[in-house]
Amino acid sequence: MRAAASLRRIGLPRLVVHLSVLVICIIWLIPTLGILVTSFREAGQITASGWWTAFTGAAETSAARLGEASTAKQNGATYVISGSVFEGGKGGTVRAFGTRVAAPTEFAVGKAADIGDGETLTINEDGSYTYSKNAPFEAGRGKRVYLSVATPPSFTTENYRTVLTSQGIGQSFVNSLTVAVPATIIPILIAAFAAYALSWMEFPGRALIIALVVGLIVVPLQMSLIPLLKMYNEIGSFFGVPSRSYAGIWLAHSAFGMPLAIYLLRNYIAGLPREIIESARVDGASDFEIFVKIILPLSFPALASFSIFQFLWTWNDLLVAMVFLGTGKDQLVLTGALNALLGSMGGKWEILTASAFITIVVPIIVFFALQRYLVRGLLAGSVKGG
Amino acid sequence: MISQIVSAVGVVIAGVFVCALYYWLSDKILQAVFPVPVDNVRAASVNLNRRAMVRPWLFLGPALILLLVYLVYPVVATFILSFYDRSGGNFVGLANYRWAIQDAQFRQSIFNNILWLAVVPAACTFFGLVIAVLTDRIWWGNIAKSLIFMPMAISFVGASVIWKFIYEYRGGSETQIGLLNAIVQAIGGSPQVWISLPFWNNFFLMAILVWIQTGFAMVILSAALRGIPEETIEAAVIDGASGWQIFWKIMVPQIWGTIAVVWTTITILVLKVFDIVLTMTNGQWNTMVLANLMFDWMFRGGGDSGRSAVIALIIMAAVTPIMIWNIRQANKEMGGH
Repeated sequence: MRAAASLRRIGLPRLVVHLSVLVICIIWLIPTLGILVTSFREAGQITASGWWTAFTGAAETSAARLGEASTAKQNGATYVISGSVFEGGKGGTVRAFGTRVAAPTEFAVGKAADIGDGETLTINEDGSYTYSKNAPFEAGRGKRVYLSVATPPSFTTENYRTVLTSQGIGQSFVNSLTVAVPATIIPILIAAFAAYALSWMEFPGRALIIALVVGLIVVPLQMSLIPLLKMYNEIGSFFGVPSRSYAGIWLAHSAFGMPLAIYLLRNYIAGLPREIIESARVDGASDFEIFVKIILPLSFPALASFSIFQFLWTWNDLLVAMVFLGTGKDQLVLTGALNALLGSMGGKWEILTASAFITIVVPIIVFFALQRYLVRGLLAGSVKGG
Repeated sequence: MISQIVSAVGVVIAGVFVCALYYWLSDKILQAVFPVPVDNVRAASVNLNRRAMVRPWLFLGPALILLLVYLVYPVVATFILSFYDRSGGNFVGLANYRWAIQDAQFRQSIFNNILWLAVVPAACTFFGLVIAVLTDRIWWGNIAKSLIFMPMAISFVGASVIWKFIYEYRGGSETQIGLLNAIVQAIGGSPQVWISLPFWNNFFLMAILVWIQTGFAMVILSAALRGIPEETIEAAVIDGASGWQIFWKIMVPQIWGTIAVVWTTITILVLKVFDIVLTMTNGQWNTMVLANLMFDWMFRGGGDSGRSAVIALIIMAAVTPIMIWNIRQANKEMGGH
């Protein structure tokens, strides 16, 4: 901030800065806003108009049938059928109309339109119409007209009800929680003990283990998949248990998060004041007691940072879940379910957007609630290395 | 569903309890095995030493076992499997590597990965730096940062749905409901099926990762910018440097180390990019990347562990220089303590 403050005195005009940041923010927000708005629209409206028109109302093309010849009233030499194009329909405001499907906006509302054969048709905004002819109408079904109807903006929570119940997103939500919560809590405890040992205990091989941990942080997951899949299958068939289980994925997530967890926690725990730990030792506290009573409470910020990382990573993960939990309907986590829906529900945006929003809402809440710790963790993990 | 929640909660409690029990119990056993008698000073000091030798390994034990089983062993096993056939039973020498060099899809993936590596880290770092500089100068900068940082919390699959909706194409005379096509149409262009446009579709997929990762780069670089000593900038101001010169010649060189960290972190992420390609195109229309090709071969036709192992090793090889650099850096820091 100090550096920036100095720059401010000589820098670009302030207004340009404000505007460009505003533009960037809008660009960054729009994609998410798009699915949020769409998920609350009706299926028909989603395909009829872009989501950005949702608040101004959409222009929908619809068809209506005018009254039959038998309802015509004779008025001198002309025959007149009148009524409303919205009879039995949901109503709205007519913007324009036409007699051919290709041209639903051919004629303006409120003015008599000559539609050939000596017929004139007037449709008003409220849907009432007057259809007249200089000769008797031919018997048969009423004439078909096409309308461009402006529907008022309308929002619905129906999409959410649909995906939560009939699309299995509700079940997947529970599955995701079942995966993510234990896979966040278990590694923290294990890593914290290891980090304490690596910071405050002297033993041969310590530097080597730290180097190993640092090295393992970047090992791609892909290296682990094949041997682990084989191992899981063998264990499964040996003990006669399913090879894909929650226990399996908890351990996998715990292990994959372990290097970063140990690294972050060690950086933090090693930085705790030496006097506190040594005075506790002098007082006769064992390492176990020191860890539980002093280290754990003091390391809360680092523990919080890592648990946010791990929670976001396990909740958002697709690959590990696909390999170690399988793609069966009752095992699918949210990301897997969303991926499956993308395949099966291709253009059904009312389903996809509502599902997507359900998958991202939990991490976003976590993110905004605990952003401080997340940033702190990122800085501890990255800037240190520089 | 309720029972599943109950059992998950049970597992969390039981898991934490078992972990705690392990550490507590192992400590108690250690004290019982190596007692410290009050009347025998020599025996006491011997046993205290023994305790101090064993205890670190009790604390490290569970973590080390997880690391060895889930990361170290698989790396070795994958390396060995790359010399075996599809079932992992017969030694085939370098056949899998030879296959890889000649396989068109493999080459395509390498090409695409290089493309991703060339674009995404650079774009994220550049945008991140620009946004960090801009937001540091306005009073609502922190709100803006939060908003730009937010996509970090969104899963790659969720982000793919979000962006697929932006790239949505509708044929014929239907209204374009995808934002990109609507904009193109509004400025007089003709709508495109963006994700199947050969070559360029890669960039539309990359945009998703840039959208997600720019926030990360911004947060880290912003912290680094705040750490720049004010005097250096004051001196430049007195010497009459322009804002532009101060940025490029004073600020950027001082945060060079952080830029490198951001760049390498995103590079590693890019090498492993999987979810985005899987959900957007599943590798069709020449968008295949290594991680997806590897996953594909893991299960294609019953799975080919040899070929997928080779692909995994290529990713590993690309990461290795960064890994060595990180270890060196960490060792240097340890030495400085």
